[in-house]
Amino acid sequence: MSVDLQTVKRVAHLARIAVSEEDAERMTGELNAILGFVEQLNEVDVSGVEPMTSVTPMDMKKRSDVVTDGGKAADIVANAPATEENFFLVPKVVE
Amino acid sequence: MSDLTHLTISQARAKLRGKEITATEITEAYLSAIDRANPALNAYVAVTGDKARDMAKASDARLVKGEGGALEGIPLGIKDLFGTEGVHTQACSHVLDGFKPRYESTVTSNLWADGAVMLGKLNMDEFAMGSSNETSYYGPVINPWRRSRLDTVVMPTTHQGDGGFVSAGGTRTARSLDNAQLVPGGSSGGSATAVSAFLCAGATATDTGGSIRQPAAFTGTVGIKPTYGRCSRWGIVAFASSLDQAGPIARDVRDAAILLKSMASVDPKDTTSVDRPVPDYEAAIGKPIKGMKVGIPREYRVDGMPEEIEALWQKGIAWLKDAGAEIVDISLPHTKYALPAYYIVAPAEASSNLARYDGVRYGLRVPGKDIVDMYEKTRAAGFGREVKRRIMIGTYVLSAGYYDAYYLQAQKVRNLIKRDFETVFAAGVDVILTPATPSAAFGVADEDMAADPVKMYLNDIFTVTVNMAGLPGIAVPAGLDAKGLPLGLQLIGRPFDEETLFQTAAVIEQAAGTFQPEKWW
Repeated sequence: MSVDLQTVKRVAHLARIAVSEEDAERMTGELNAILGFVEQLNEVDVSGVEPMTSVTPMDMKKRSDVVTDGGKAADIVANAPATEENFFLVPKVVE
Repeated sequence: MSDLTHLTISQARAKLRGKEITATEITEAYLSAIDRANPALNAYVAVTGDKARDMAKASDARLVKGEGGALEGIPLGIKDLFGTEGVHTQACSHVLDGFKPRYESTVTSNLWADGAVMLGKLNMDEFAMGSSNETSYYGPVINPWRRSRLDTVVMPTTHQGDGGFVSAGGTRTARSLDNAQLVPGGSSGGSATAVSAFLCAGATATDTGGSIRQPAAFTGTVGIKPTYGRCSRWGIVAFASSLDQAGPIARDVRDAAILLKSMASVDPKDTTSVDRPVPDYEAAIGKPIKGMKVGIPREYRVDGMPEEIEALWQKGIAWLKDAGAEIVDISLPHTKYALPAYYIVAPAEASSNLARYDGVRYGLRVPGKDIVDMYEKTRAAGFGREVKRRIMIGTYVLSAGYYDAYYLQAQKVRNLIKRDFETVFAAGVDVILTPATPSAAFGVADEDMAADPVKMYLNDIFTVTVNMAGLPGIAVPAGLDAKGLPLGLQLIGRPFDEETLFQTAAVIEQAAGTFQPEKWW
């Protein structure tokens, strides 16, 4: 499988990365090189093989449903580019 | 004072405990070494001198009282991927500009609890994506190793040589260093260079496809990626969560064992960290390997592999045989599919993990006409080329209609890769010996690799299988090539059997010796 310029632009938008015409053209070639490389996986017979869900056999850890952390609003917004009264500021989303 | 930087961790530990030296002295020695070397090597992206001095002072107070921890007063460098409270933490990306976390990663917390001193944050490939440390927003790291060449020098007949190879009226040969700059490998290139060039006693690193072992091999240092789940991933910037593991890079096998013991822990904040005691890895060093079964996988003999790598591998086999190990040929039939499967699984997980960099909660923000425009501009400006490439691949393989063909297929192949290893371990193989990399360190701005991303990816061909199967792997220096560059061997072990890796790596180290670059910086 290979991608064309339109697909690259669509994927860039899905990934929320702005691309220029020139970027998209360069990426088309690079992505196709990588997709060409991974194509060889199709020759592997995977019939009856489950997809991996956990690399080491381990039971899912469970913990008690209690509050163990919190009250850190100031810490959480400390690195944000724009905040007001412990809220993140973003451009207007709803008219 | 500069000789203090040449002490191994175990040597420094003895001298600190014996009060022959102080933590302040050794810390100052490293800080001045960094000061002199960093403009040439670019290993550190942030030096935390004041913090280091404060920590050293506190260590000295504890040492005087005889209360020192396992790493008391040992100065370490920390890869920029680890969250360090109040200190530069950017995964060497522009998108995390100015980020100083309000928390400390579990691995670094463990090191400080044992008394280690932080010298600063180490350069790396952006978000740990790269095999040459050239994708860093802070520029490439330079390998302290350089190629050397043999020159023929004509000797005047009347002169006596300066201890060189003199023949009356003839010529002599001399090794001289080539000026070409080489990469230290990646993504933990800053860690490898800093350890190799004596700019820290040891360093933290992380490994998703080979990012500890390949740079260790390129710089003549020891690097171990432990079993998935051995070190907590909490507070480490995530790349591919099912593959990422932290581990140390050190100057010898013993130092790597000492560091891993402190880094590893079970952590309630990481549900994939494994609840089993951390053994005393150092105790495994020096144990005989007589009767140990060492597997040699035939699939690791790849086309176009330089003869020197094959010769090194044979040397490694001979050393282990001489030490009493039993050598067995094994087959890991799905080896060649590990790298292509990796380049689906890792980008898929990365595209999801890196979705959080949106210009809202931390780091860079580039204004836009609406919120989506702001996201797109921020991410376009904040991520470098390689990171964008991987996010794009990941987004594509996870997008509707392609998920089964790519991601599901790759996760099935991954199970087959893991099964290959399980089969040989079940047949009694204790440890597997392979080359660590398909070549020695290459040049900065290598044109072939810049033109084709897949060429760069092939660097990880021997290391990536280990991540795909969640196993422990160690790279240990085993010799120099004809140009005087270090080459490494890799040992792969059973899950949570890091002790066998240290035990066997120590045998290779004893036979091969340790390697130091000639100082030019």
